[in-house]
Amino acid sequence: MRLFLAATLYLAAAPAIAGIAEVIDSHALPGTATFAEAAGALDRAASRDCTAESLRPAYHDAFDAWLGIAHLSLGPLEEQGRGLAIGFWPDARGLVGRTVAGLVADQDPVVADPTGFAEVSVAGRGLFALERLLYDAAYAGYGADSYSCRLARAIAADLARMAHEVDTAWRTEFAETLQSAGAEGNSRFLSAREADQALYTALASGLAFVAQQRLGRPMGSFDAPKPQVAEARRAGRSLRNVILSLEALHELARALSDQPIPETDAAFAQALETAEALDDPVLAGVANPTGRIRVEALQTQVAAIARAAAAEIAPALGVSVGFNSADGD
Amino acid sequence: MPSRRQFLAGLAVTAGLPVRGWADIGGPAYLAAAREPSGTFALFGLDSAGRDLFRIALPDRGHAAAAHPVAPEAVAFARRPGRFALVIDCLDGRLAHRLDAPAGRHFYGHGAFLHGGEILATSESDFESGAGRIGLWSRSRNYARIGEIASGGIGPHDIRAWSDEVLVVANGGIRTHPDSGRAKLNLATMQPNLSYVTLSGEVLDQVQLPPDLRQNSIRHLAIAPDGQVAFAMQWEGEPGAATPLLGLHRRGAAPVLAAADLAEQLAMQGYAGSIAFAADGSTVGITSPRGGRLHLFDRDGGFTAAFRRADICGLAAGPAGFVATDGLGGVLQGTAAALAPLRTAERAWDNHLVAIAG
Repeated sequence: MRLFLAATLYLAAAPAIAGIAEVIDSHALPGTATFAEAAGALDRAASRDCTAESLRPAYHDAFDAWLGIAHLSLGPLEEQGRGLAIGFWPDARGLVGRTVAGLVADQDPVVADPTGFAEVSVAGRGLFALERLLYDAAYAGYGADSYSCRLARAIAADLARMAHEVDTAWRTEFAETLQSAGAEGNSRFLSAREADQALYTALASGLAFVAQQRLGRPMGSFDAPKPQVAEARRAGRSLRNVILSLEALHELARALSDQPIPETDAAFAQALETAEALDDPVLAGVANPTGRIRVEALQTQVAAIARAAAAEIAPALGVSVGFNSADGD
Repeated sequence: MPSRRQFLAGLAVTAGLPVRGWADIGGPAYLAAAREPSGTFALFGLDSAGRDLFRIALPDRGHAAAAHPVAPEAVAFARRPGRFALVIDCLDGRLAHRLDAPAGRHFYGHGAFLHGGEILATSESDFESGAGRIGLWSRSRNYARIGEIASGGIGPHDIRAWSDEVLVVANGGIRTHPDSGRAKLNLATMQPNLSYVTLSGEVLDQVQLPPDLRQNSIRHLAIAPDGQVAFAMQWEGEPGAATPLLGLHRRGAAPVLAAADLAEQLAMQGYAGSIAFAADGSTVGITSPRGGRLHLFDRDGGFTAAFRRADICGLAAGPAGFVATDGLGGVLQGTAAALAPLRTAERAWDNHLVAIAG
């Protein structure tokens, strides 16, 4: 690792060959538009009928669209805690369950006030709070006149608002901030390399998140697997989230690099093939040795994507992983 | 007892030399280690606007440095577990002394001057027993080792002179051994503390966190002009716990733990890398290179502001608020209103920005 870091820094003086415009046009903006559209559709569906059975298809569409941009943690998603308010996971302290239960138990009138609801704890909003209402046995069969139904409608409206804000902010501000990296007056990115660095960091962090969190958390340890903490397991989409994340990250990698990236492409293809063959929607297999080995193999392949990207994409951009963030002391 | 100034003047007379001070090399405000584009490492002296005043080559990646309070002399520490530290004469860039950790000891990367700059204290580990130690070195005797005391815990990291006689020590609680590099050997049983120790080894005060924060490693320190101590922590437990990463302490009182709102606290990723008070002690800042965040708090622990900057870590008091450094070469000014670049350099600034007194 040390050797690798030294090597990348050696190349850091090379001019940044920016895939920035490509990332914006072919990845970020289409992604935020799709998410805004899907969240808007979820909101409209909830306005018509907020019961669980009715909302589930639109919920899955919105979640699918979210995975197209969830890794773009730079920019509008890091403003105002939006990223967490949309997707509050992992939830090490069990805050989502407690917050949703608290709102329901109190029949909190905040659901009638969109501005007030935007101030509710991030754990009580977004896709994971809605997952509880739509899939948790505690709320099963809630009626059209129930508080849970109104809460689902408030969450959907809040999601649509945030998705619209993210799309607008990318389109009208952040795309320009990225493209004007290094220009006078741009205090966010002081050089083109800093913008490349931020996008590469989103790629590397996204891959690490899939390996360490989406796969690693349910894997737990060999003696103590934790299938109960798999992401979105109530909605039955833990593995689907892995697959859609990898697809989105592959799109980002291809846009970011100005050169062919055959090794990275091959590593993505291998991991996606393994993931699709898993046939284990909520990663329940981690609880038995055979299933665990298969999930672990996928995790290893995702780590291999990160290594391929580090070797193939980072040097050409003149970037590397963070000097201090990777040091840890 | 002579004053600090008389004492130092005496030292200079003894040595038959004119008194030399930091002003002789342009009055640098900060020291910071960095990696350069060619892959080499160096220690830089910066003025208060972040401009280079001097550059001294280092043999390897540095961690922190200790600046002598008066003489233009810096002690550069290697990354832990380091076996040596370098005393550098910043006037001519010469290596003045090399401090080797005694047998069975390794450095943890921080040090502090006491007794007006006569005694250098270094955080160390007795790595067979795991006990934290503070090594003591005499400047007037060419940095000979003159003793050591217990640190009051395991894994002392940052240490600061709370007064001329008393050290405040961040005992991070984490045991390491040179045979296993930086591997953390005792996460299941770790128990960090904040200790105030005299140079004779007496523990005057000790602060421990509640049991549920046992895995919150106390790592870095800052001291306000009135003696209030701020400590920055790194969470070693389950990720996503959003535990407080800042503590404020006054001797004799219970510590105050401080956190931002949930989303911002999670964004810090359980990791504060550096800490500093503003010059007047009214504001305290912590940085997270992992979260790319500078968080500001008032001295009672109230969260006041969050700013973003990738790989930000080094932090010190500045002419207005704070000065920070990052791994992309940026030197930034942080105030209550904004975090704005002062300059950028083609180098990666390392973990800490060390303020020079005076």
